[in-house]
Amino acid sequence: MRGFRFWGLVPAWGLMVATLMVPLVIVALVSVAERGAYGGFAWAFTLEPYKEILFSEDWDGNLVFDPKYLAIIGRTLALAAATTAICMALALPVAYVIATRTPRMKAALIYLVTLPFWVSMIVRVYAWLIILGNDGVVGRAWAALGGEGTLLFTSGAMLVGMVYSYIPLMVLPVFAAIEKLDPALLEAGADLYASRWTTARRVILPLTWPGLAAGAILVFVPALGTVLEPMLLGGGKQMMMGTLIQSQFGGARNWPFGAAVALVLMAMVVLVLIANARRAMRKEARA
Amino acid sequence: MTRGKAVEVFNVTKRFGDYLALDQVSFTIHENEFFTLLGPSGCGKTTLLRMIAGFETPSEGAISLFGTEIATLPPHKRHVNTVFQSYALFPHMTLEQNIAFGLENLGWDKARRQARVAEMLEMVHMTPFARRRPAQLSGGQRQRIALARALAPEPKVLLLDEPLSALDLKLRQAMRDELRELQRMTGITFIFVTHDQDEALDMSDRICVLGKGQIQQIGTPSEIYEEPENRFVADFIGETNFLEAEVIAVEGATARVRTAFGFEITTFQKGLTGPGRATLSLRPEKIGMEDQAAGNLLTGTVSAKNYMGGYTHYTVDTPAGVLRVSRRNAVSQAQSYEIGREVRLGFRDDSARVLAQ
Ligand SMILES: Nc1ncnc2c1ncn2[C@@H]1O[C@H](COP(=O)(O)OP(=O)(O)O)[C@@H](O)[C@H]1O
Ligand SMILES: [Mg+2]
Repeated sequence: MRGFRFWGLVPAWGLMVATLMVPLVIVALVSVAERGAYGGFAWAFTLEPYKEILFSEDWDGNLVFDPKYLAIIGRTLALAAATTAICMALALPVAYVIATRTPRMKAALIYLVTLPFWVSMIVRVYAWLIILGNDGVVGRAWAALGGEGTLLFTSGAMLVGMVYSYIPLMVLPVFAAIEKLDPALLEAGADLYASRWTTARRVILPLTWPGLAAGAILVFVPALGTVLEPMLLGGGKQMMMGTLIQSQFGGARNWPFGAAVALVLMAMVVLVLIANARRAMRKEARA
Repeated sequence: MTRGKAVEVFNVTKRFGDYLALDQVSFTIHENEFFTLLGPSGCGKTTLLRMIAGFETPSEGAISLFGTEIATLPPHKRHVNTVFQSYALFPHMTLEQNIAFGLENLGWDKARRQARVAEMLEMVHMTPFARRRPAQLSGGQRQRIALARALAPEPKVLLLDEPLSALDLKLRQAMRDELRELQRMTGITFIFVTHDQDEALDMSDRICVLGKGQIQQIGTPSEIYEEPENRFVADFIGETNFLEAEVIAVEGATARVRTAFGFEITTFQKGLTGPGRATLSLRPEKIGMEDQAAGNLLTGTVSAKNYMGGYTHYTVDTPAGVLRVSRRNAVSQAQSYEIGREVRLGFRDDSARVLAQ
């Protein structure tokens, strides 16, 4: 038994080390390396790449505070937060409607919610490129309503794409939470003179928090690192952390800086996860 | 005594798809009444209660509350409250918050709310638990909070759907008395749903026996037990012996019938119009045995005996058929009859009821 506990877990540990720890250590090492003359990097230990996030060199070679990357981090956080909030607001009624259907209908609707996952992410984001484009359904409707210019390549377009991409990750846990809800509780709400809206706010919402919290993590974390939507729908005009990292490893050929930004992104994700775990533990302690 | 009409149910029919759950049900419940809907599982009791609460709409018919038609009003606009079978306490709220919930929705101000919550907690003896959550309570305590929550908004009618069925026997007995007491104290009309005849007989002012989606009989507990109007009621409430009988003559509320024992008796009847076949219902405790045998006499042999503590059930084979006889185990323990023993039985004419078949 003891032997199995140790040796039985070796494959799992092996996988973790090979696919997570080793690449992570490599990225960490690159983030403190020097930029190579022709791209790539040269082994070294320097904190320059991290300083680059906050400072830039002026004409005289002095380091001065430069918020341009902070702005990108801020925009990334804001868009991820907005995506999460919109997903929550949309997922609640959708999940509620699904959860209150007949079992057959439920299965069908859940299948529909997960259907987009069967299609490649790139194809799906391209679809929005067409829909929002000047010749697309929404683009034309926008023009017909007297809207100016193009909808594409704006923060709004990115947001639409991100909400679309991540909303199933919110609907599923919220659906699970609502389905667990005792229907008698909703009746008790109505019985005690609560309107539908009051019942939703004071009974359904608090009892589906765990589902919403799980959904928020599932949406917020990948939204922080999103690359496709800013690239295609944002037209690369609005840099986000994901596209910034990608550009550093690609066109800009500044691997150490890209690695540093990647680690900052990861630190942000870890912070979110820790905050969530602490919240869950507090809740556990109270119950 | 003239009492106001609290709830009127008029010709209510409820269909679920093709299934007829309730068929042309009508009755009137008076103010201050403890009214019980009694019937076997699946007979439509909950459906009826849910229509009064507003969770279901009748397919046909009308329901009014103190003279106002409510059949299509949403639940949150009806001044009735429900004690749910599963209690349905809000798990994320303290007991105080649970009780205050309805008052908040009715727009009571804070001071009045707090006073009412305190009063309700006091009434159900749960004051020390005000800040707890439902998960920290026992079944009986949850039951009390569910009651307090439903009574707090001073409903015109309180609906209770098998509220005692989740409790253990001892607690159930205690809660019966408590419920009855609460009803007297508050003066609120109670509509109580149960499938337990003991509960119904013990607690109710009047009982409505439901069976097969229809009303079988409405009456006081003793009317329901002593004067069942049909086979269903006689069979469902308590225990009885059914015997074949031949109607000789019907005279208003009584009938003369020839029994399977050979002799003729005259007793109360229901549902008969003239000569023909009928059913005689004879309660086991109305048949006297040996020293208690009186009236129409017959003999039989004890074929089974069930000792029940307070009384003993005997199964007696007679030439006319098998009779169940029950006898209280009184002060003297001498009168116990062993299996195989020949016994003398007797019953009076008016102990039996003649029912249409
Ligand atoms: N929502 C519903 N859909 C279909 N059938 C139902 C529904 N509610 C109740 N029924 C049926 O109606 C009948 C009466 O149910 P109910 O009122 O719950 O009975 P009771 O409370 O007397 O046990 C049952 O046969 C039940 O299956
Ligand atoms: Mg029921």
